[in-house]
Amino acid sequence: MVPVSWYIGLGAILFMIGVSGVVLRKNIIIMLMGIELMLNSVNINLVAFSYYLNDIRGQIFAVFTITIAAAEVAVALGILISLVRNRGVFDVDKIDTMKG
Amino acid sequence: MEKFFFLIFAVVAVISALAVISFRNPVHSALALIACLLQVAGIFILLRSPFLAVVQVFIYLGAVMVLFLFVVMILDIKKAQMEAFAPANKWLMCVITSLIAVEFLVVIMGGSLSGFPLRGGGKETTIQAIGHALFTEYLLPFELVSILLLVAMVGAIVMAKKRWD
Repeated sequence: MVPVSWYIGLGAILFMIGVSGVVLRKNIIIMLMGIELMLNSVNINLVAFSYYLNDIRGQIFAVFTITIAAAEVAVALGILISLVRNRGVFDVDKIDTMKG
Repeated sequence: MEKFFFLIFAVVAVISALAVISFRNPVHSALALIACLLQVAGIFILLRSPFLAVVQVFIYLGAVMVLFLFVVMILDIKKAQMEAFAPANKWLMCVITSLIAVEFLVVIMGGSLSGFPLRGGGKETTIQAIGHALFTEYLLPFELVSILLLVAMVGAIVMAKKRWD
Protein backbone atom coordinates (compact mmCIF):
# COMPACT_ATOMS: atom_id res chain seq x y z
CA MET A 1 0.00 0.00 0.00
CA VAL A 2 1.52 3.28 -1.11
CA PRO A 3 0.86 6.15 1.32
CA VAL A 4 -1.04 9.05 -0.16
CA SER A 5 1.76 11.44 0.80
CA TRP A 6 4.02 9.78 -1.77
CA TYR A 7 1.60 10.66 -4.55
CA ILE A 8 1.23 14.22 -3.29
CA GLY A 9 5.00 14.51 -3.00
CA LEU A 10 5.44 13.32 -6.57
CA GLY A 11 2.86 15.89 -7.65
CA ALA A 12 4.73 18.63 -5.79
CA ILE A 13 8.07 17.67 -7.36
CA LEU A 14 6.59 17.61 -10.87
CA PHE A 15 4.88 20.95 -10.20
CA MET A 16 8.11 22.60 -9.13
CA ILE A 17 9.93 21.17 -12.15
CA GLY A 18 7.22 22.70 -14.34
CA VAL A 19 7.56 26.04 -12.53
CA SER A 20 11.31 26.05 -13.03
CA GLY A 21 10.77 25.22 -16.70
CA VAL A 22 8.54 28.30 -17.02
CA VAL A 23 10.88 30.54 -15.01
CA LEU A 24 14.27 29.40 -16.29
CA ARG A 25 13.76 28.86 -19.99
CA LYS A 26 13.32 31.61 -22.51
CA ASN A 27 12.10 29.36 -25.30
CA ILE A 28 8.34 29.80 -25.42
CA ILE A 29 7.67 26.20 -26.51
CA ILE A 30 9.51 24.83 -23.47
CA MET A 31 7.53 27.22 -21.26
CA LEU A 32 4.29 25.76 -22.63
CA MET A 33 5.60 22.27 -21.84
CA GLY A 34 6.29 23.42 -18.28
CA ILE A 35 2.67 24.51 -17.98
CA GLU A 36 1.59 21.06 -19.18
CA LEU A 37 3.75 19.47 -16.47
CA MET A 38 2.12 21.65 -13.82
CA LEU A 39 -1.40 20.71 -14.97
CA ASN A 40 -0.44 17.03 -14.89
CA SER A 41 0.88 17.20 -11.35
CA VAL A 42 -2.43 18.68 -10.25
CA ASN A 43 -4.18 15.72 -11.89
CA ILE A 44 -2.04 13.29 -9.89
CA ASN A 45 -3.18 14.96 -6.66
CA LEU A 46 -6.85 14.92 -7.67
CA VAL A 47 -6.82 11.24 -8.67
CA ALA A 48 -4.85 10.21 -5.57
CA PHE A 49 -7.41 11.80 -3.24
CA SER A 50 -10.25 10.41 -5.34
CA TYR A 51 -8.84 6.92 -4.84
CA TYR A 52 -8.12 7.24 -1.15
CA LEU A 53 -11.49 8.81 -0.29
CA ASN A 54 -13.42 6.53 -2.68
CA ASP A 55 -15.01 9.63 -4.21
CA ILE A 56 -15.46 9.90 -7.94
CA ARG A 57 -15.49 13.70 -8.06
CA GLY A 58 -11.72 13.91 -8.14
CA GLN A 59 -11.62 12.00 -11.38
CA ILE A 60 -14.38 14.17 -12.88
CA PHE A 61 -12.32 17.24 -12.07
CA ALA A 62 -9.24 15.58 -13.57
CA VAL A 63 -11.20 15.00 -16.80
CA PHE A 64 -12.15 18.69 -16.86
CA THR A 65 -8.53 19.67 -16.19
CA ILE A 66 -7.35 17.60 -19.14
CA THR A 67 -9.98 19.27 -21.34
CA ILE A 68 -8.89 22.75 -20.25
CA ALA A 69 -5.25 21.80 -20.87
CA ALA A 70 -6.06 20.67 -24.40
CA ALA A 71 -7.96 23.91 -25.14
CA GLU A 72 -5.15 25.98 -23.63
CA VAL A 73 -2.51 24.26 -25.75
CA ALA A 74 -4.53 24.76 -28.93
CA VAL A 75 -4.96 28.51 -28.28
CA ALA A 76 -1.37 28.97 -27.10
CA LEU A 77 0.08 27.25 -30.15
CA GLY A 78 -2.16 29.35 -32.40
CA ILE A 79 -0.82 32.49 -30.73
CA LEU A 80 2.71 31.11 -31.05
CA ILE A 81 2.34 30.44 -34.78
CA SER A 82 1.06 33.94 -35.52
CA LEU A 83 3.74 35.44 -33.25
CA VAL A 84 6.58 33.62 -34.96
CA ARG A 85 5.12 34.41 -38.36
CA ASN A 86 4.88 38.14 -37.61
CA ARG A 87 7.91 38.70 -35.41
CA GLY A 88 10.13 35.65 -35.91
CA VAL A 89 11.14 35.32 -32.26
CA PHE A 90 10.98 32.45 -29.77
CA ASP A 91 12.59 34.39 -26.95
CA VAL A 92 9.99 35.69 -24.51
CA ASP A 93 12.27 38.55 -23.45
CA LYS A 94 12.07 40.01 -26.94
CA ILE A 95 8.27 39.96 -27.03
CA ASP A 96 7.58 43.32 -25.43
CA THR A 97 5.22 45.05 -27.85
CA MET A 98 2.55 45.56 -25.19
CA LYS A 99 4.97 46.68 -22.50
CA GLY A 100 4.03 50.09 -21.18
CA MET B 1 4.84 -4.72 -5.23
CA GLU B 2 2.72 -1.60 -5.60
CA LYS B 3 5.48 0.48 -4.01
CA PHE B 4 7.97 -0.99 -6.45
CA PHE B 5 5.89 0.05 -9.45
CA PHE B 6 5.18 3.45 -7.93
CA LEU B 7 8.89 4.07 -7.44
CA ILE B 8 9.67 3.05 -11.02
CA PHE B 9 6.99 5.36 -12.42
CA ALA B 10 7.90 8.24 -10.11
CA VAL B 11 11.63 8.09 -10.73
CA VAL B 12 11.24 7.88 -14.50
CA ALA B 13 8.65 10.68 -14.42
CA VAL B 14 10.91 13.02 -12.45
CA ILE B 15 13.96 12.24 -14.60
CA SER B 16 12.07 12.80 -17.85
CA ALA B 17 10.50 15.98 -16.46
CA LEU B 18 13.98 17.28 -15.68
CA ALA B 19 14.98 16.30 -19.21
CA VAL B 20 12.04 18.33 -20.59
CA ILE B 21 13.32 21.56 -19.09
CA SER B 22 17.02 20.92 -19.76
CA PHE B 23 17.14 19.80 -23.40
CA ARG B 24 18.04 22.49 -25.87
CA ASN B 25 16.14 21.10 -28.82
CA PRO B 26 12.35 21.49 -28.42
CA VAL B 27 11.78 18.19 -30.26
CA HIS B 28 13.83 16.32 -27.65
CA SER B 29 11.91 18.13 -24.92
CA ALA B 30 8.62 17.09 -26.48
CA LEU B 31 9.74 13.44 -26.62
CA ALA B 32 10.84 13.59 -22.97
CA LEU B 33 7.46 15.09 -22.07
CA ILE B 34 5.76 12.17 -23.84
CA ALA B 35 7.77 9.77 -21.65
CA CYS B 36 6.81 11.73 -18.54
CA LEU B 37 3.09 11.75 -19.41
CA LEU B 38 3.21 7.99 -20.03
CA GLN B 39 4.57 7.49 -16.50
CA VAL B 40 1.73 9.62 -15.15
CA ALA B 41 -0.72 7.35 -17.02
CA GLY B 42 0.91 4.39 -15.25
CA ILE B 43 0.42 6.13 -11.93
CA PHE B 44 -3.27 6.59 -12.78
CA ILE B 45 -3.48 2.83 -13.32
CA LEU B 46 -1.83 2.27 -9.93
CA LEU B 47 -4.58 4.48 -8.49
CA ARG B 48 -7.18 2.16 -10.09
CA SER B 49 -8.42 4.81 -12.53
CA PRO B 50 -8.16 3.10 -15.92
CA PHE B 51 -10.45 5.64 -17.60
CA LEU B 52 -8.18 8.54 -16.74
CA ALA B 53 -5.12 6.60 -17.86
CA VAL B 54 -6.75 6.01 -21.25
CA VAL B 55 -7.83 9.66 -21.49
CA GLN B 56 -4.30 10.73 -20.60
CA VAL B 57 -2.82 8.59 -23.35
CA PHE B 58 -5.42 9.63 -25.93
CA ILE B 59 -5.56 13.37 -25.29
CA TYR B 60 -2.12 14.23 -23.98
CA LEU B 61 0.04 11.79 -25.91
CA GLY B 62 -2.19 11.45 -28.93
CA ALA B 63 -3.46 14.99 -29.43
CA VAL B 64 -1.52 17.55 -27.42
CA MET B 65 1.97 16.23 -28.00
CA VAL B 66 1.35 15.63 -31.70
CA LEU B 67 0.17 19.25 -31.88
CA PHE B 68 3.38 20.35 -30.15
CA LEU B 69 5.52 18.32 -32.55
CA PHE B 70 3.62 19.68 -35.55
CA VAL B 71 4.12 23.25 -34.41
CA VAL B 72 7.83 22.67 -33.73
CA MET B 73 8.07 21.07 -37.15
CA ILE B 74 6.41 23.87 -39.13
CA LEU B 75 8.33 26.58 -37.30
CA ASP B 76 12.00 27.24 -37.80
CA ILE B 77 13.67 25.86 -34.69
CA LYS B 78 17.25 26.65 -35.64
CA LYS B 79 17.15 29.97 -33.82
CA ALA B 80 15.44 28.41 -30.83
CA GLN B 81 18.12 25.75 -30.55
CA MET B 82 20.80 28.30 -29.85
CA GLU B 83 19.55 29.04 -26.38
CA ALA B 84 21.59 27.70 -23.46
CA PHE B 85 19.86 26.08 -20.52
CA ALA B 86 20.83 28.11 -17.51
CA PRO B 87 23.11 31.13 -17.80
CA ALA B 88 25.02 32.23 -14.74
CA ASN B 89 22.42 34.73 -13.54
CA LYS B 90 19.75 32.03 -13.41
CA TRP B 91 21.34 29.85 -10.74
CA LEU B 92 19.55 31.92 -8.12
CA MET B 93 16.20 30.91 -9.62
CA CYS B 94 17.32 27.25 -9.68
CA VAL B 95 18.18 27.43 -5.98
CA ILE B 96 14.89 29.16 -5.11
CA THR B 97 12.70 26.63 -6.95
CA SER B 98 14.61 23.70 -5.44
CA LEU B 99 14.20 25.22 -1.99
CA ILE B 100 10.45 25.56 -2.55
CA ALA B 101 10.29 21.93 -3.73
CA VAL B 102 12.15 20.76 -0.61
CA GLU B 103 9.79 22.79 1.54
CA PHE B 104 6.77 21.17 -0.19
CA LEU B 105 8.25 17.72 0.45
CA VAL B 106 8.99 18.43 4.12
CA VAL B 107 5.47 19.73 4.71
CA ILE B 108 3.80 16.84 2.85
CA MET B 109 5.90 14.02 4.26
CA GLY B 110 6.03 15.40 7.79
CA GLY B 111 2.44 16.58 8.07
CA SER B 112 -0.69 14.69 8.95
CA LEU B 113 -0.96 13.44 5.36
CA SER B 114 1.53 10.64 6.04
CA GLY B 115 -1.09 8.87 8.14
CA PHE B 116 -3.93 9.48 5.69
CA PRO B 117 -6.19 6.42 5.78
CA LEU B 118 -7.78 4.58 2.90
CA ARG B 119 -11.39 5.54 3.58
CA GLY B 120 -13.41 2.77 2.03
CA GLY B 121 -11.36 3.24 -1.09
CA GLY B 122 -9.07 0.86 -2.91
CA LYS B 123 -11.73 -0.10 -5.41
CA GLU B 124 -11.38 0.30 -9.12
CA THR B 125 -13.49 3.09 -10.61
CA THR B 126 -15.70 1.92 -13.42
CA ILE B 127 -16.27 3.95 -16.55
CA GLN B 128 -20.00 3.49 -15.93
CA ALA B 129 -19.75 5.42 -12.65
CA ILE B 130 -17.80 8.25 -14.29
CA GLY B 131 -20.27 8.50 -17.17
CA HIS B 132 -23.20 8.50 -14.78
CA ALA B 133 -21.69 11.31 -12.71
CA LEU B 134 -20.74 13.31 -15.81
CA PHE B 135 -24.20 13.18 -17.33
CA THR B 136 -26.26 13.73 -14.18
CA GLU B 137 -24.52 15.69 -11.46
CA TYR B 138 -21.98 17.42 -13.68
CA LEU B 139 -24.11 17.97 -16.78
CA LEU B 140 -23.83 21.77 -16.73
CA PRO B 141 -20.01 21.86 -16.40
CA PHE B 142 -19.83 19.21 -19.10
CA GLU B 143 -21.82 21.36 -21.54
CA LEU B 144 -19.86 24.49 -20.59
CA VAL B 145 -16.61 22.68 -21.26
CA SER B 146 -17.85 21.67 -24.69
CA ILE B 147 -18.63 25.32 -25.46
CA LEU B 148 -15.17 26.25 -24.20
CA LEU B 149 -13.61 23.69 -26.54
CA LEU B 150 -15.56 25.15 -29.45
CA VAL B 151 -14.40 28.67 -28.58
CA ALA B 152 -10.80 27.50 -28.24
CA MET B 153 -11.00 25.76 -31.60
CA VAL B 154 -12.35 28.88 -33.32
CA GLY B 155 -9.73 31.04 -31.60
CA ALA B 156 -6.88 28.77 -32.60
CA ILE B 157 -8.01 28.69 -36.23
CA VAL B 158 -8.46 32.47 -36.37
CA MET B 159 -5.05 33.16 -34.87
CA ALA B 160 -3.15 30.64 -36.96
CA LYS B 161 -4.76 31.84 -40.20
CA LYS B 162 -2.35 33.20 -42.73
CA ARG B 163 -3.97 36.51 -43.66
CA TRP B 164 -7.23 38.31 -43.29
CA ASP B 165 -9.49 38.55 -46.32
